[in-house]
Amino acid sequence: MESLTFEYRGGVPIESPRIPVIAGVVGSGNLEILLEAEGPADHCTIVVVTAAAGFGAIWQAVMDDFVARHKPGGVRLSINDVGATPAVVSLRLEQAWDAFQGGSA
Amino acid sequence: MNGDWSRAARSREGRVARGMIAGGGRIVSRQKIIELLEAVIEPGDRVCIEGNNQKQADFLSKSLAATDPAKVRDLHLVQSVLALPSHVDLIERGQVARIDFSFSGPQAGRLAKLVEGGRIQIGAIHTYLELFGRYFIDLTPQVALIAAQMADAEGNLYTGPNTEDTPAIVEATAFKNGLVIAQVNQIVDKLPRVDIPAGWVNFVVQAPTPHYVEPLFTRDPAQISEIQVLMAMMAIKGIYAEYGITRLNHGIGFDTAAIELLLPTYAAELGLRGKICTHWALNPHPTLIPAIEAGFVKSVHCFGSEVGMEPYVAARPDIFFVGADGSMRSNRAFSQTAGHYACDLFIGSTLQIDLAGNSSTATKGRIAGFGGAPNMGADARGRRHASPAWLKAGSEDARNTGMPRGRKLVVQTVETFREHMEPAFVERLDAWEVGESAGMALPPVMIYGDDVSHIITEEGIANLLLCRTAEEREQAIRGVAGYTQVGLARDRRAVENLRDRGIVRRPEDLGINPRLATRDLLAARSIKDLVRASGGLYDPPKRFRNW
Repeated sequence: MESLTFEYRGGVPIESPRIPVIAGVVGSGNLEILLEAEGPADHCTIVVVTAAAGFGAIWQAVMDDFVARHKPGGVRLSINDVGATPAVVSLRLEQAWDAFQGGSA
Repeated sequence: MNGDWSRAARSREGRVARGMIAGGGRIVSRQKIIELLEAVIEPGDRVCIEGNNQKQADFLSKSLAATDPAKVRDLHLVQSVLALPSHVDLIERGQVARIDFSFSGPQAGRLAKLVEGGRIQIGAIHTYLELFGRYFIDLTPQVALIAAQMADAEGNLYTGPNTEDTPAIVEATAFKNGLVIAQVNQIVDKLPRVDIPAGWVNFVVQAPTPHYVEPLFTRDPAQISEIQVLMAMMAIKGIYAEYGITRLNHGIGFDTAAIELLLPTYAAELGLRGKICTHWALNPHPTLIPAIEAGFVKSVHCFGSEVGMEPYVAARPDIFFVGADGSMRSNRAFSQTAGHYACDLFIGSTLQIDLAGNSSTATKGRIAGFGGAPNMGADARGRRHASPAWLKAGSEDARNTGMPRGRKLVVQTVETFREHMEPAFVERLDAWEVGESAGMALPPVMIYGDDVSHIITEEGIANLLLCRTAEEREQAIRGVAGYTQVGLARDRRAVENLRDRGIVRRPEDLGINPRLATRDLLAARSIKDLVRASGGLYDPPKRFRNW
């Protein structure tokens, strides 16, 4: 198990309170993402717990791209990873973000 | 000149006479098979043990590996595969001096050790078609050990749906003074049809168990991932539809199974029924059933058969090549020729792709061989007939200047990381090291970069035809290599420039929303769904039945 934390600033604050969303499942080659409104309005915190150690640089690159694409502000992502490939991680992130956008409280 | 032109013919007569004594006739009892082999095989013989990735002459192979090494020795094996433990046992027993083959698959690790230990010399690793070609030039077998389903008392053979390599092997052997020994599952009074005439066969033995057949082309739809669905959507919309691909071959694997299962759903929604994927060189993939039932497919010629597909295939003679007896006839040599010359597209997966687009399935410590992929996955330089897809690809090819010509589409489809986070994109193929440690003349490359037209990954499609320089090609490949080291080292501006020119295309450039790439798009989501789609005709092997 390895735990990684990524912090970003300069995000666009999300509008209105949002309902937390979960995407994916905890299963081999897959991952679960919890996306919730939390923290300072322009901050994005991502915490990854992964079964596969030693891939910090790849996680960093995947998260950098996600944050550059959507500029999340006031958001926290908690990820439980069971060896998902970057392709699956990116897909789940998009699914989670999509659901989060559609889910204003 | 001594005027003696029949030494080989007399040698065969001698072998047959010795065999008749050792075996007690043309129909040999299984208890006498080892004696027969010892009587007819001479030291230094070229021997072909029939087998491919599907059917295997397993009883004859096991029997050969039980012969006396003092009698049966210095053999030169010339055969499609080294896949059975008994093939490698024969080498370990010191009875083989040299091997020329195509594919080793499950024995790739053991073979690599024997080569490194100097226990065996590899002549060359071929494609199937190449090796069949050499059977008629300089590697004609003196003895062929083949597999058939049935024989009659005269020695006529029925090879049925799994005819595969048998005609090519027997033709070369029987007409150049060689000896043909067949293992059969059954001896019957009357054959459903004659696939190999008795005059080409010297001895027949009924094996204690039916010859082994591997259900190699069965893919359980339950294991197809959303990423594979996404890449299949890109293949259909970004390549099949754009080039109007009607004649094609699919490689083995879940990536191509996903495409087959999206034809009746996604491709049909795009209005592509009748416009793509009508004529195939393909084994009877169970995952093609829904597309056939949906009226997508007009014709399929097969290299071999597939376990459990026989009743379905027999019930669809408008689609498959079926004999007057009602069962399919496959033929690997002809289907490989069809795949090479008569198809406009090959798509398959691989293990490693380098910066020039060369791809290989050879990884450290494994000599896996090629099989048929290089013939399918190569532009047929001798092709002369035109088709819209072939002409469009040719017109895009930056290397075609002056004289107009077409070209085949050769597509590699890979997720950027395989299981255990092994990157599919590398700076240097393991094939270099494998080639060096095995003393090969060339690195064992499956598909050369200059034959590849497109690479599909979850990140998009790279069209290599449109690249004008080696640098553009490299950036196009990096541009779809995702988060691998190769992908992370891309020149982002160069890749954006290639994207503007349509050389790199993202899912959104193709009008594909990755979030819609779900398993719901698959026309069958389990083996049971396939059985249902076949109207109960498909009879899957037990290991694929989970209900």
